[in-house]
Amino acid sequence: MPSCASSNSKSDLLNLTLNQIVHSLRKRDFSCQELTLAYLNHIENLQPSLNSYITITPELALSQASIADQRLSDIQGHPDETLSLLCGVPIAIKDILCVANVRCTCGSRILENFKPSYDATAVRKLRDLGMVFLGKTNTDEFAMGSSTENSAFGVTHNPWNLERVPGGSSGGSAAAVAAHLAPVALGTDTGGSVRQPASFCGVTGIKPTYGRVSRFGLIAYGSSLDAVGVIGHNAADVALIYSSMAGYDPMDSTSIELPIPAIDLSDFPKETFKGLRIGVPKEYFIPGIQDEVETAVMESIHFMERSGAQTQSINLPHTKYAVPVYYLVAPSEASANLARYDGIRYGTRQPAESILEVFQKTRGELFGPEVKRRIMLGTYALSAGYYDAYYGQAQKVRALIQNDFREAFGSVDLIAAPVSPTTAFLIGEHTDDPLAMYLEDVFTLPANLSGIPSLAFPVGFDKLGLPIGMQLMAPHFQEALLLRVAHAYQQLTNWHTCMP
Amino acid sequence: MTKPITNQTLTLEEIDHIAELARLALSQEEKLLYRQQLSAILEYAAELQTLDIPEGLITSSSLNRSSILRKDESRPSLSQQELLKNAPLVENNQFRVPPILE
Repeated sequence: MPSCASSNSKSDLLNLTLNQIVHSLRKRDFSCQELTLAYLNHIENLQPSLNSYITITPELALSQASIADQRLSDIQGHPDETLSLLCGVPIAIKDILCVANVRCTCGSRILENFKPSYDATAVRKLRDLGMVFLGKTNTDEFAMGSSTENSAFGVTHNPWNLERVPGGSSGGSAAAVAAHLAPVALGTDTGGSVRQPASFCGVTGIKPTYGRVSRFGLIAYGSSLDAVGVIGHNAADVALIYSSMAGYDPMDSTSIELPIPAIDLSDFPKETFKGLRIGVPKEYFIPGIQDEVETAVMESIHFMERSGAQTQSINLPHTKYAVPVYYLVAPSEASANLARYDGIRYGTRQPAESILEVFQKTRGELFGPEVKRRIMLGTYALSAGYYDAYYGQAQKVRALIQNDFREAFGSVDLIAAPVSPTTAFLIGEHTDDPLAMYLEDVFTLPANLSGIPSLAFPVGFDKLGLPIGMQLMAPHFQEALLLRVAHAYQQLTNWHTCMP
Repeated sequence: MTKPITNQTLTLEEIDHIAELARLALSQEEKLLYRQQLSAILEYAAELQTLDIPEGLITSSSLNRSSILRKDESRPSLSQQELLKNAPLVENNQFRVPPILE
């Protein structure tokens, strides 16, 4: 059974939360270089058993840490000088976001040696604040998967039980945070890829509103769905990173020109819950859901109710169509986005006599089975004669799913639901049946299809000691509300402090 | 025109056609596997056909925004050297490819 702290007064460097690190670095309790070395050593020790990183970047990390130490010591005794709170704080980055001059594989052989020339906007903002980049974390190939089993660099193991998946596709980031191989990590969420691994690994993860964080430098999978998110130990840590990378970016034409409101993380949780209207959709509590998941999520909802929230049953009648809609829309977008990997301008090329054979062999031999499956599916759904019946129809049903949320948010502030119907499944359990794997995503897909923000956080354990996650969904641009409510919950409970 | 969907099971000829469109060289084993798996997924997706959709309802994005264009102005970009750095084969500062014309 997990050990859960009743408070956060831990002594070990690696057990500190992001906010505790910020505080300690200011007091110079330890240097950024000491902290970075501690993480790098721990990563080296656990990498053989967890495989949460694809590329570790010790030289980059230590040089960033040394600069941060200099900046932190320069402001000692100069209280007027301002320096970012995140200066010198380590972070891990999913290997699908570009970091200049660090290889970005996307979990694929086709990009095994690809080194981007630029930072993703989200990455650049964190670099400019002085953060320390520990490395690139494992992911399903091109973020297509719910388990990291589709990575060309091997599966990541769940720190709570090494025989189980960490979830996916941001499984490397979730496992790294859960195992204290990074205090916080970036992920991406196209159909649940931040929230589901956060849930499986007992950590907190946010998928912001579509367009809230720039997608520039996020290597595209489903462009109308992709979002950059954060995984951390608690909502307060996630809030600090999210608010540092959100905002308009002219390099992303779908990025939103709206100010990012300050996130008020109140120390008075009951004030937050008072009068809060929480909707409980009956379509998310269906036959087939693991009993312990349903029980833990309902108990948390009742806990919020006892803390002052009002709950009401709501209907999201088109929820069950989210799986077929997503698995037509996302592969269609993927088949177009992945057309660029032709072995000509970047990536690896398989030699062949003709240009056509170069394309076919490079793609046929270097893409993995799931990526090829989705490219085939999307190509078919977009092909002449089938476009209206598949892609067109899916987009119409997508609008019905969006309408469900619009109506629900007329009477509630937030929607509470499980993240996944089950806790972490066994490695290999679903690999022979892609449809069964797709059905695992049923509760996370609707938020992506609607573009609304959603936050996952731990609310209990099953009898095997595996973490159970709950998600809160909010109307567009209401990330601050999600973070405030999750923070309030975490002030009154200690699930988020449990360690594998 | 939309072809009526009468039989969801893909033929091997259709699999060949899709693979050709997608520029994917697939083994015979892969073709058989994808035929079976894609057919199952498409059969599952067929339930979308049964829904009545209100007239005029469609979306291609989650926020229904119109297309954004940037000003047609030149601005600094990556150098040729930077862009060729990741190319699998380079000759005279150009991407080298097999002959494209007979």
